[in-house]
Amino acid sequence: MTGGEATPPGLTKLAMPKWGLSMRQGKVTDWLVEEGEEVRQGEELFEVETEKIDGAVESPAAGVLRRRVAEVGAVVPVGGLVGVLTDPSVPDADVDTFIAEFQASFVPEEAEAEAETPTRTTEVGGRRLRYLERAPEAPAGDPVVLLHGFGGDLNNWLFTTEKLAEQRRVYALDLPGHGESVKDVGAGDVDAFAEMLGGFLDTVGARRAHLVGHSMGGAVALAYALAHPDRVASLTLIAGAGLGEEINPDYIDGFVAAERRRELKGVLELLFADPGLVHRQLVDDVLRYKRLDGVDAALRTVAAAMYPSGRQARVLTGELARLPMPLLAIWGEQDRVLPAAHADAARAHGRVEVLAGTGHSPHIEAANEVNHLVIGFLDELEGESR
Amino acid sequence: MARTITYMKAINEALEQEMSRDPTVVVFGEDNVGGHGAAGEMDAWGGVLGVTKGLYAKYPDRILDTPISESAFIGAAVGAACSGLRPVAELMFVDFMGVCFDQIFNQGAKLRYMFGGKAKVPMVIRTMWGAGIRAASQHSQSLYSIFTHVPGLKVAVPSTPYDAKGLLISAIRDDDPVIFFENKVLYTIEGEVPEESYTVPFGEANLVREGDDVSVVGVGRVVHMAQEAAERLAADGIECEIVDLRTTSPLDEDTIYETVEKTGRLVVVDEGNPRCGMAADIAALVAQNCFDDLQAPVQMVTAPHTPPPFTGSLEDLYVPSADKIAEAVRTTTGGKVGARA
Repeated sequence: MTGGEATPPGLTKLAMPKWGLSMRQGKVTDWLVEEGEEVRQGEELFEVETEKIDGAVESPAAGVLRRRVAEVGAVVPVGGLVGVLTDPSVPDADVDTFIAEFQASFVPEEAEAEAETPTRTTEVGGRRLRYLERAPEAPAGDPVVLLHGFGGDLNNWLFTTEKLAEQRRVYALDLPGHGESVKDVGAGDVDAFAEMLGGFLDTVGARRAHLVGHSMGGAVALAYALAHPDRVASLTLIAGAGLGEEINPDYIDGFVAAERRRELKGVLELLFADPGLVHRQLVDDVLRYKRLDGVDAALRTVAAAMYPSGRQARVLTGELARLPMPLLAIWGEQDRVLPAAHADAARAHGRVEVLAGTGHSPHIEAANEVNHLVIGFLDELEGESR
Repeated sequence: MARTITYMKAINEALEQEMSRDPTVVVFGEDNVGGHGAAGEMDAWGGVLGVTKGLYAKYPDRILDTPISESAFIGAAVGAACSGLRPVAELMFVDFMGVCFDQIFNQGAKLRYMFGGKAKVPMVIRTMWGAGIRAASQHSQSLYSIFTHVPGLKVAVPSTPYDAKGLLISAIRDDDPVIFFENKVLYTIEGEVPEESYTVPFGEANLVREGDDVSVVGVGRVVHMAQEAAERLAADGIECEIVDLRTTSPLDEDTIYETVEKTGRLVVVDEGNPRCGMAADIAALVAQNCFDDLQAPVQMVTAPHTPPPFTGSLEDLYVPSADKIAEAVRTTTGGKVGARA
């Protein structure tokens, strides 16, 4: 990508973000601030719709929104200019010059350049695991490992990975049976996944890591932390499984059974408070995964091992007191898969944040908020240890 | 892992993976083995355009060359399928199918029914279709409607490399006879295809693009033309929803009705001839089942009712195009810019 490398002092380029490996462009669906308005760093500026998902873009800095370069409805390639933010002192002429020069030189990322996939694979006990690694030049503290939920993959962290990787080394993993990892799930239970996680930490040479797990990935993180407390620096459970018996069988059974787009769309809508978030491409991506040879058997094995008869087989709430590391639990108030009341089990042992207007996937539906919570949590505890 | 390969390579890969998975899969057709061992040839030709190239070296006892006698080897495929193999026969151009209609219509399609389900015919006939390479009337027809008309046959018409591989694997694993239509112009297009084996189910249309204003339904090469038209129309504020049928038998009627209920306007695009064709069938189904949803007459974009011409300039006019599709879409909106404006 070229264009706008030399951003003048006091001026901040607001670019179309890249959410997930396959995103090429996004449509600006709403501006949340007016031109001339002052904004704080982290304030949401505009909303973007992609073929897969919708999200809001936060301001990378404090300043004044000077130009909305892309109007509502405009489709902008990844890295393209959406707006310009500046110190109040920057003259209009400089803003205009910057925009003109940027637009004249901007070349969208080539599809070909992207064909080189940034994910890698490694072998754990002879079984293939795919992962995504992102890190700044000088990563701080222990690495962070992101663990998706049942039927998910590393792309579920599309709003999370880059943000956390601004300061830390981040690994997002495809658990066995998921994404592009091995389809052989072994016993398919929490311990089998936890063992693979341990093997993964060994292969990437991570002595200790911060674990962030969503749903089933939360139960895996929790089980691993209980078994190997010395290797887990902190635990973040996002709508984590393992904290109560209840689970919505419509989700698990529906996900396993759905063969067609229409059925699957209804199931995936259970992941969000706002079902409108589920777009064509998201459903297609999950369908493509489900149609790979071996996936159906893998999902059935995992569902039978973890969620037999519509209940969670493994409830770890009684063991939370044994956790020596800091714990953060994040839940969506309107979770339709795992009840938000499960968060109560974590209250005596750590910090609990229940987010209003959010369903089972807060890291997607309230991505910015979750990123702030996780980064704040990690900063705080690493600040203490430094 | 997904990577970018051609439509032709996707078909080759489906055959290779199914031959590796299932020893009952056999491939036969003209020039699949031809060239092997001849002076100056590195490999068997792999069919007239090389779609099966490389397979003979791996499975020399399961790739057969046939004489130029379609009625004989399609009949052999029906018999092989009845007696326990999963043959994939390559019948170069669909235009040549006429000489083996009895084997296909009266034998392959009927046996399961005439023997009360005790017989099955897990056979695939791969064939090239469509205009666009200046090959004249006997090598350019779009005859999927004829096979769609016959109960007992399944008909797949993939438009992308991803669908080509997944539908062919489904076809090979299916216990009914499948006519698999490969568009010769699309052989060189590229798209993301997983390395692993996977299936695309029959009877599920692909929602290629979402839009609120006008539905465009088609199959095969015209899906790409519809996408080009939709891009242009979007610039004028008309949002098309594009449905790629992927298989014409079974037909995903639900998706067709759903999109028409949503938009109230339908353009059906079909490279085949218009009389008793795919487009006419869909238009009739929609008229019967979605009459109250329609806000404008259904438009059909098809080839004219003439044989495909040889002359290049005429052939270009013969097939549907993005221009014709865009024009039909504008007709359904009554010329308004932005259908709901």
